[in-house]
Amino acid sequence: MSLETVVGGAPERRRWLSVLAKAMPRELVEAWEALKERPTFTALRNAETGLVLVRGRMGGTGDAFNVGEMTVTRAAVRLPEGETGVGYVGGRDKRHAELAAAVDAMMQSPTLRERAQEIVEQLARQQQARREAAARKAAATRVDFFTMVRMRSPD
Amino acid sequence: MSQTLDLAKIHPGFLDPVRESQAVFRKVMDAVARPGSVADLAFAVDGPPGLDCAAAAVALTLFDFETPVWLDPALAGGEAEGWIRFHAGCPLTPETSRAAFALVARAQDCPPLSAFNQGDAKYPDRSTTVIVQVAGLEGGEPVVLTGPGIKTETVIAPRGLPHGFWEQLETNNAQFQYGVDVMLVAGPLLLALPRSTRAQIRKG
Repeated sequence: MSLETVVGGAPERRRWLSVLAKAMPRELVEAWEALKERPTFTALRNAETGLVLVRGRMGGTGDAFNVGEMTVTRAAVRLPEGETGVGYVGGRDKRHAELAAAVDAMMQSPTLRERAQEIVEQLARQQQARREAAARKAAATRVDFFTMVRMRSPD
Repeated sequence: MSQTLDLAKIHPGFLDPVRESQAVFRKVMDAVARPGSVADLAFAVDGPPGLDCAAAAVALTLFDFETPVWLDPALAGGEAEGWIRFHAGCPLTPETSRAAFALVARAQDCPPLSAFNQGDAKYPDRSTTVIVQVAGLEGGEPVVLTGPGIKTETVIAPRGLPHGFWEQLETNNAQFQYGVDVMLVAGPLLLALPRSTRAQIRKG
């Protein structure tokens, strides 16, 4: 079953699921354990690891081809009030998938949403910082190539 | 078949999928090997409304992404459908003749057995396994089973099967190696009638 089928189209939810999936497992566990009150949850589907076929299009517009298979772990959990969350994460970290699902469920609960939102924003900031650090590192070693044609004077 | 599932309505499946599906598989295998014997699957899973406990356990154990499943109108579109899609991840088919498994919640409305996939000469095993929920496995009209897996004969008396069911089963048995395999379930109990089993209503 595709993630699309499970999650539906809400762009907001796509964003937080993406942030949760891309978080470092350690960061998510730390954020979760820093919660003052952690909701209890039961597994609707225990965390399980499998393969997902990743497909791509050459240049974004060409014919679809199979890029390769990716290890994915997924889980679905339910909070006592009935909110149900799903977590699909890369790799084999079951705790990561469970907690991503738990935070997804919290995001759907009117009473827990605020706390979950903080986790998501914190993870998003950490990801942004990582991206910027990587970009800086790359920028520091950037080489500009000049060609003879560009160096010639206009006349 | 890709409408969004409403996860909030889905009941839990196996708590320990590996162990429980293995235990159910063993029970179902024994039940098919000894037609007419009753397997008790009460330990496995509660299942969604509309689906008997034994039918739910068989669904979680045997259905997967390679087995197109046909659901009768009483189950299609309801909570049971969502539950099966979510936990088993199997494709659903509206065509009885393409189904690897068929789940019939109301035995009275069961399509004729000949409407299901009968298998073909190369792959007779690809026929449909029809799982029928009945009112009970006892208290109906006595039927004598003979055939492989039965030393002399076994008498069963399921209740709530549609009129003419046993005649259909006889026709099904007569075309062996083709034919469907049938499982009758009632609550947590399951009984198998593979195509090799001959069933005759006891006379007098």
